[in-house]
Formats: sequence, structure tokens, C-alpha cells
Amino acid sequence: MCDTCGCGATDVRVVDPGSGAVTHTHDGVTHTHQSGEAHSHDGGLTVHTHEATPVDVAQPDETHEHPRTGSTTVELELDVLGKNDALAAETRAWLAARDLVAVNLMSSPGSGKTTLLERTIREATDRPVVVVEGDQETLLDAERIRAAGARAVQVNTGAGCHLDAEMFSAALDSLAPEPGSLVMVENVGNLVCPALFDLGERARVVVISVTEGDDKPLKYPHMFSAADLVVLNKIDLLPYVDFDVHALMRHARALRPGVRVLPVSARTGEGLGAWYGWLAGLHS
Amino acid sequence: MHELSITQDVVRTVVEHTEGRTVTGVRLRIGVLAGIVPDAVRFCFDLATQGTTLEGAWLEVTDEPGRGRCRTCGNEFDMPDLLPRCPCGSTDAEVVAGRSLVVTSVEVV
Repeated sequence: MCDTCGCGATDVRVVDPGSGAVTHTHDGVTHTHQSGEAHSHDGGLTVHTHEATPVDVAQPDETHEHPRTGSTTVELELDVLGKNDALAAETRAWLAARDLVAVNLMSSPGSGKTTLLERTIREATDRPVVVVEGDQETLLDAERIRAAGARAVQVNTGAGCHLDAEMFSAALDSLAPEPGSLVMVENVGNLVCPALFDLGERARVVVISVTEGDDKPLKYPHMFSAADLVVLNKIDLLPYVDFDVHALMRHARALRPGVRVLPVSARTGEGLGAWYGWLAGLHS
Repeated sequence: MHELSITQDVVRTVVEHTEGRTVTGVRLRIGVLAGIVPDAVRFCFDLATQGTTLEGAWLEVTDEPGRGRCRTCGNEFDMPDLLPRCPCGSTDAEVVAGRSLVVTSVEVV
């Protein structure tokens, strides 16, 4: 398991892009083989291949049956994330009834979400802005938002790496935003987990900065396939980094066809007019 | 770590639907496009079931293949990953299968 975020590194594969050789561990065995090559872990008793899919989903379970002696099978067909999605739908209706628009900002740590929010609070003055801040620890971001002039609550997720519908609902109860407000959610800095959890927001925005690399969408497809808007931040640094804006747009649109990409600098203010215009359009 | 909270949701879901009976096995279906790593769910399962009616239960995971529907030609096609590539050449498609996380059945005594 990954020491940094706790995610499932038991399924990590190391791929040599030159030879196509795959090194990975499963069933307690670490081994290297060509992608798709048939191989065995038990001296040839069973042989299997790995297709070029992200995970070996059913492989350990396709070869055996679990005992059912003395037990009864109960068919359930229950959607596990259904509870989160149902709560998110309730939140969405609650927000709509109060003319509240919620925007879920997601990115890796350090892309400039908080700076973008600080500036948005100061400059997008047509309606009140309140902020839900998600971080594993500290109140630092909520304090920055308050200093910028908006009400904010901080959700500390502890070991958790994302906000979910229950956390957002509790944050809204605490914030009690006045009708007509814009509710900005700054999700936990993480390009993986937050993509899976509907909060009840109107729109999902992925923020990426030019210091991160234009191939990020291909590396984190779940996040970008869920994006309603991509904000490309720190464009004032473009002269100093190797970042191809058109490649980023191409990669983002490969995952989310037609998605709008807004190049901005939250530091200099360049491009922020389009961002404020996009936000205002959410209320109409 | 979303697999831990998801596995806890799996356990909660099963407990809510088994009326206090002892659960000896759980079968899950996880879509290959769901963004959930089955091995990580397996890793978390023993921890998440401790002290519940599922303690000691086995876990079986099967996959749900990814499918997309092309917005250009209307046909469905296999999607092993989130990059849509319809055989007609279009890259504009919606995912119609492969995102699910479903408790399909359980064994109870």
C-alpha cells in the first residue's frame, strides 16, 4: 500500500516503455513478463495472461469457487455508491431551491486553487461567495479565504483523500449560505479519489497548472473525464516551462469531448474575465 | 484512500440488508472504468469487516467490462479504458457500462 496516500499500490505495475515488459506483484509473487504473455506462478499448474487493462480485475477469482456448505445465497444487486449519490441528489435539490450554485474545484496539490478562490472572492462581486475547504489537516486554507473576505468552513478529512456527499451536506449545514450565493468547494488536493464522489454540485472544475505537465489528463483520466471545465492556471509561467497548451487541450478533450479549457493566471489576473463570465453563466 | 471508505460502504450496505445474520461471503461486481482498484478493496475488506456480522467472510470480485456509445454513429463498443475510440473513428462517446460498484450477492448462515 502507498505510504503517501494509502491507495492500493498492491496492484502497481512497472512498465518498461522500451521493451513493453511489465513488472508487478500479485498473489505474493513479483515477476516480469511481456504484456499479454502467458505465464505461471505455481510451476505450471495454472497459466494466465494479463491484458493491457489498468487492473487484473477478476483474475484471482475466476479460477475457484467459494464453499457454500451450510450457507444461503441472498441475491442483492445493491449499488454501493448509491447512498452517496442519493444524498448528493438531495443536496442538489436543496441548493436549487435556494438559488445556490455549487462548484467543485479539484486538482493536484499546489495548482493554485486557493489563490484562484481568493481572487474570485475579491473580484467576482455580483453575488456572495462562500467556500467549503477540504484538506486532510489544518485550517490554513479556510483562514486564507476568510482573510479574502468570504465565509468558509474547513473539512478536515484526516486519513481521507476526498470529500463526499455527507461531508458536503454537513458543511452546508454549518455555513448556511444565504440564497443566491455561489458555493465554491475546494476539494482535497488529489487527482484521483475526488472524481468518484458526487457532492451535489452544479459543475466540476479541474484546475491544472503549467508546472504540472500537459499529459496530466492522460495520466489521471477519471478526473478529466468528469470535468465540466478545465482551468489552466499559472500561464504567467509559460515562458519558463515546457508546457504545450494545445497538447493539454487535445488530451483533455480526448477524455471529455468538447470540454472548455480556460487559460488563466490567478496571480496576474490574465484570463480571469472568462472565468468570472463562466461562473456567472451557471446562475442563468 | 477511497477504497477504504468504499469498502466500509460495502460493509454498511451488506449489514443493512442482512438483518443481523452472519455473513460468510460477499460477491462484488466492479466496473473496469469505476476507478476502484479491486486489490485495494480486498486489502481493506478484513479491516472493514472486523467487529461486524461480516467478520471472517470471503470476498469475491468480478469485473464489469467497459462499454461506450458513440455520439457520432450511435453504435456501442468496448472501452477497456476511459479514452473513447469508436471503430468508426470518432472519439466522442459516453460511457454506458463499466462504472458500477455493486454487491451482487452474499452468503449468510
